Formats: sequence, structure tokens, C-alpha cells
Amino acid sequence: MTGITKVRSLSTVAFETLGSGGKGVFTMPVETTVVDGILLVRLAGELDHHAVESIRQDIETGLESVRHRGLVLSFRGIDFMDSSGLGLILGRYRSVKEHKGRMALCEVNTTLSKLFELSGILKILPVFESEQAAILALKEA
Amino acid sequence: MITDDGMLVPDNEMHLQFRSVSENEAFARVAVAAFVSQLDPTMEELTELKTAVSEAVTNAIIHGYENTYGEVRVSCAIWNGVVEIEIEDDGKGIEDVELARQPLWTSRPELERSGMGITIMESFVDELMIESAPGRGTRIRMRKTIASSTKPIGQA
Repeated sequence: MTGITKVRSLSTVAFETLGSGGKGVFTMPVETTVVDGILLVRLAGELDHHAVESIRQDIETGLESVRHRGLVLSFRGIDFMDSSGLGLILGRYRSVKEHKGRMALCEVNTTLSKLFELSGILKILPVFESEQAAILALKEA
Repeated sequence: MITDDGMLVPDNEMHLQFRSVSENEAFARVAVAAFVSQLDPTMEELTELKTAVSEAVTNAIIHGYENTYGEVRVSCAIWNGVVEIEIEDDGKGIEDVELARQPLWTSRPELERSGMGITIMESFVDELMIESAPGRGTRIRMRKTIASSTKPIGQA
């Protein structure tokens, strides 16, 4: 490997963690929309302890607006996640279940699947390929 | 590698020390990933290392210092393609390490922790050692072999 290639791979690591749009490592944008009475949350960026602290309340506020009927978490924009993200998912699962609502996950890549499998989340929550499929499944339930 | 005066030293090493604030979780895992990238790891190996480091640093901040002011130290050494990472704090320590290693167990259920941090570390690295005692801080040591790394670092 040449010195030039090494420099390139170093900067790739740094840029990848910056995420899209130059939003930086320390922000965790979360987009919530309501589709047919179901709350759709598009998670993005890095889902660690730091990020989770600020978005938990955003999701809970959104859940109140749909009276905890249904929640879909989309992971398409996630660049990194650790066990703090698992805690966020399990916490929302408890919250939705308490209100007899339903919840689903979608757009999960292989790295995330591994985390979900390890933690047993795949045993309690359905995973769909697309947002539409997840919303449809919750609506029909 | 062996130095001219016969010392056995890592091929390369680095040390970080930083304050126990949650912003530094991303800083620590990105710094380690950037350092390890000289071994030309796969994306998967890099993600696994970043996740393991993130778990350990988060534990130091949440459990070690319970979100109070403290110092976290991370060192990283490369020994012939094996990455050895130490994450150390001077926090409250772990009462029962065997219990803490149990999947889904957490000392802070009120914080919405998943109890999977140590389990994730164990499955993403090859070796994980935990040294801790109440009031004496915690030191986590992990080792992972990077498959593609065949050439020693530091050779022209």
C-alpha cells in the first residue's frame, strides 16, 4: 500500500462519520411525519448515547399526537448505532405497548440486523423492507 | 517489533485522554477508527471496533462517572496486525463484573439502557478483559485481529 492510499483511507473514515450535508458528528436530525394515523420516524446520522438523549422526547411527543396507535422507525439514514440505540427502540416498544399500540422497524442494513439479532429485538418487533410496507402492516393490524 | 536496543514494542500506538462528556463518545470511536485504518481493515471490522469503543466509553461516562466530571483514557496499540485497545476510567467501578457481563442486565434501568453494551463488545472483538473494583475505576482491554493486515507498520 502506498502512502497516498493510506492518507485517502484516513480521510474517508473521518468524512463518513460526518454524515451527509456536513451536519457534523454531534447532531442527530430526526424527521417525524404522520401517515394515516401512524407516526413515521426517519432516524438519521449516529444513534449513540449522546444523540439518543435528545431525540427520545421528540418521538414521545409525536407518539402523543397519534395517541400511541402506531410507530414505524426507519433506519435508512443511520450511519452508526450502538446499544444506546437499542435502549431507545426497547423504550419506545414499552411505551407503545403500554397504550396497546403497534410498532415496526424498516430499512435495516446488515450491520444493524446483527445488533437487532444479538439483542433479541427481532423476536419482538417485525422488520420491513420499506416504509410503505411497515405502515401498511400496522394499518391492517 | 523489536527496537535497536532489543525492546519489544508495538508497531504503533496512540493515547487519548478526554473529559467524560457524551460528545466524546463519537470523538473516541472516530479517533480509534482513523488510527486503525492504517491496517486497511474492512468496513465491517471498522464498524465493529467503533461500536465496541463506543460501548466502553459510554459505560465510563454513564456508569463510571454517572455523568459527573471525570477523565477517560483510551490507548490503542498495533501488534503485528492485532489491535489492542484499552479504555480506562477512575470512576465508581463495577461491583460484580460477572453480573455486568450478563446480556440484558443493567445497573441503571431508569436510564432506558438496553443492558447489551458488554455483550456487544464481546461479540465484536476477539478478546475482552474487564478489570474493575468498587471505588477503583474500570479498565476494559480488547483485542481484535485485522484480517488484511499482513505487512508490518513502519516499514518503508
